[in-house]
Amino acid sequence: MKFLAARRRNPLVAIGLLLFALIAVGGGYAAIANVQPAQASVGSQTQVEEGKRLYLAGCSSCHGMEAQGTETGPTLIGVGAAAVNFQVATGRMPLAAPGAQAVPKDPTYTEEQIAALAAYVASLAPGPAIPTAEDLDFSDADVAQGGVLFRTNCAQCHQAAGQGGALTQGKYAPNLMGSTPQQIWEAMATGPQSMPVFSTATLPAGDKQAIMAYITNLQTASSPGGLDLGRLGPVTEGLFLFTAVFAALIAAAIWIGMKAR
Amino acid sequence: MTTTSPVEKAGASTATYVDQRLGSNKFLSRNLGKVFPDHWSFMLGEIALYSFIVVLLTGVYLTLFFKPSMVEVVYNGSYVPLKGIEMSEAYASTLNISFDVRGGMLIRQMHHWAALIFVASMSVHMFRVFFTGAFRKPREFNWIIGVVLVTLGLGAGFTGYSLPDDLLSGTGLQIIRGIVQSIPVIGTWGAFLLFGGEFPGTDIIPRLYSLHILVIPGLILAMVTLHLMMVFTQKHTQFPGPGRTNDNVVGYPLMPVYMAKAGGFFFIVFGIIALIGGLVTINPIWIFGPFTPDQVSAGSQPDWYIGFLEGALRMMPNWETNLAGFTLSWNILIPAVIMPGILFTALGAYPFIEAWVTGDKREHHLLDRPRNAPTRTGLGVMSISFYLLLFVGGGNDIIADAFDLSINGITWFLRIALFVIPPLMFVFTRRICLGLQRRDRDKLLHGYETGRVLRLPHGEFIEAHEPLSIKDMAVITSKTDIAPLPVPPKADIDGVKNKQFRKQNLRSKLSHFFYGENIPLPSAAEIEAGQAHVAHDAALEAPLASYEDADELRQFHGGVLHHPGMPETNAEQLADRKE
Repeated sequence: MKFLAARRRNPLVAIGLLLFALIAVGGGYAAIANVQPAQASVGSQTQVEEGKRLYLAGCSSCHGMEAQGTETGPTLIGVGAAAVNFQVATGRMPLAAPGAQAVPKDPTYTEEQIAALAAYVASLAPGPAIPTAEDLDFSDADVAQGGVLFRTNCAQCHQAAGQGGALTQGKYAPNLMGSTPQQIWEAMATGPQSMPVFSTATLPAGDKQAIMAYITNLQTASSPGGLDLGRLGPVTEGLFLFTAVFAALIAAAIWIGMKAR
Repeated sequence: MTTTSPVEKAGASTATYVDQRLGSNKFLSRNLGKVFPDHWSFMLGEIALYSFIVVLLTGVYLTLFFKPSMVEVVYNGSYVPLKGIEMSEAYASTLNISFDVRGGMLIRQMHHWAALIFVASMSVHMFRVFFTGAFRKPREFNWIIGVVLVTLGLGAGFTGYSLPDDLLSGTGLQIIRGIVQSIPVIGTWGAFLLFGGEFPGTDIIPRLYSLHILVIPGLILAMVTLHLMMVFTQKHTQFPGPGRTNDNVVGYPLMPVYMAKAGGFFFIVFGIIALIGGLVTINPIWIFGPFTPDQVSAGSQPDWYIGFLEGALRMMPNWETNLAGFTLSWNILIPAVIMPGILFTALGAYPFIEAWVTGDKREHHLLDRPRNAPTRTGLGVMSISFYLLLFVGGGNDIIADAFDLSINGITWFLRIALFVIPPLMFVFTRRICLGLQRRDRDKLLHGYETGRVLRLPHGEFIEAHEPLSIKDMAVITSKTDIAPLPVPPKADIDGVKNKQFRKQNLRSKLSHFFYGENIPLPSAAEIEAGQAHVAHDAALEAPLASYEDADELRQFHGGVLHHPGMPETNAEQLADRKE
């Protein structure tokens, strides 16, 4: 105690106490404030208003002032928060350029802004909500069963290894190797672009989790056979055959033939 | 015998022992000295043979573990993402080969890569034979055997591709069933016969298995044997060159040179296959999953050699005719039955068609240079471009996805290109061949351009030409000019109508098509005069051609080829010439 008692009148103590108080109050507030976004999907009134403001500025020229849809953009009434989050967070919306379909890019809006937009669209009519952490927990899911579901429901467009594939007129099913579980869930729940909607009636939460588990497995699994050639099947195998293997074989033949001279 | 070494003694006594029972010494001494000509392109067929041997060896290993059964089992092996899934025993055993059998993955991948190389090298070998005219008399039968071998190769490949009963192979089988069904009248019966009932049934895998491991390889082995025996008895063709004629073979003896070369090449091919079998995935069936008729994957393709058929199917417009209650599926019949039928028939018949058109009854042991048969070369390039366009069509979805293109755009481009590009390729190729012929003629009459620009004492610049080397001369003058068949008379001098007129006229027209455009070789006298003239010029300037033939050390210096002891500067050259 002697140590403290001897120095309590030091002029630096006041500054030190002040700093401590400021950090305690600021840090404490920040810790409480950080909890807020988790509840944001419910959509507070201020969030909806902020979302509407952003919507009118950035989206209404195509989707209409009341989100009723126009000739250039579909209605957003009833698409739900999940659709907004998927389209905006992956950068597909706002559209970079007119084309066969929206192309992913770096997102234009911040996370809070996306949450506000989602809250606004969700306030228009009920629709698929942004999945909760519980929805996205696939730790108990059966990977093998997910594989069966994936091949039955997804592989005809996204290809058996999730490498994506071509659709008609320049449209395509994207490669899934960089998709997060949340994006996979939201895509299944909302059916973006050419994708059909896999509602809870078609694919219950457990099935969706199994599919997420299988895709995550595809993303992380090593290739047991060696170099995987993009997992695209016979086309890249044939390309490799004629460019690399045949070049080597013919080079060897030329070498053996050359020695004769 | 004056051998003293015990090894040689043992060898000699063994040889004598065997010879007294088999008479093998005479056979061996006659055949081991057989001479084969040397060229790298003659080894393409060897690649096919060696990859086939690898296919056989690895295939035997695979039969020890593969179960050709469609009995449903629950997978319980070590590949977790398929654990507990119901699948056919064929698929489960292929998974076991891949993940649980020692060395199974390596052998399976070597088998598949070697099979792809087998068909690819046969095709490239066929191109070589076609473009050099090696199929001409007396080798027409061997060409047909080659075509049969390619067809058998496709059959072996496709049956093997179908055996693992994975999603990809099942999709292929579904297409095969559709193709069989598209054949008018017998199609439906044929499909039921092939699959033993409805698709997929339980019979198809065991049936394909006996075809794949017994019937087709047996036929291939028999055909390969015939093919090689014919090469042996007819002797190998050779490229034109000094001292090479239609009646001799210039090259090296089988023993020891070719035994070493071919043996070494076998191990190179084997080594490359083992390397990629170990390092590069092929047909990852564990990703495709077991086949069930309600599943399909985007980007489903056959192996490369069936790609042209896949492309034809994908490109074909959706035409159907309903004839008295029966549907004729032109959309499948034309691309998958009629088109390949015509393609392979034309391929097999080509030597006979060309012989009839040209009226050529001579034996050919000296190969054509492709430029000297411009029409044949043009037809070959035309066919290859047609094939390649179909081939590209087979991967239209992968191409669309990889290059951000519209699959519809690719398909329409190919539909039009299929009829536009091959004829253009024919015209271009023939022009290029004729251009090369002109260049050859130029070389004969004016020597070859050395690329050395010389300044004469009075200031004039000339490019030095030099006489052709013996080798170039022999190669270029190997060309034979053949006149097209004359137009037949409609009636003879007595006014009797020529009953064969139409046939003969067609033949004459085709013959003009084949031989009509040609840059004739100059006469021997012209060539001699031309070369002598060039030689004279060259001798004036600097006697380089003789140095070149002597194959001594040459230096390239300031645009002038120098030889030790030759004058270095212009002044020295001039002084040299005045002497």
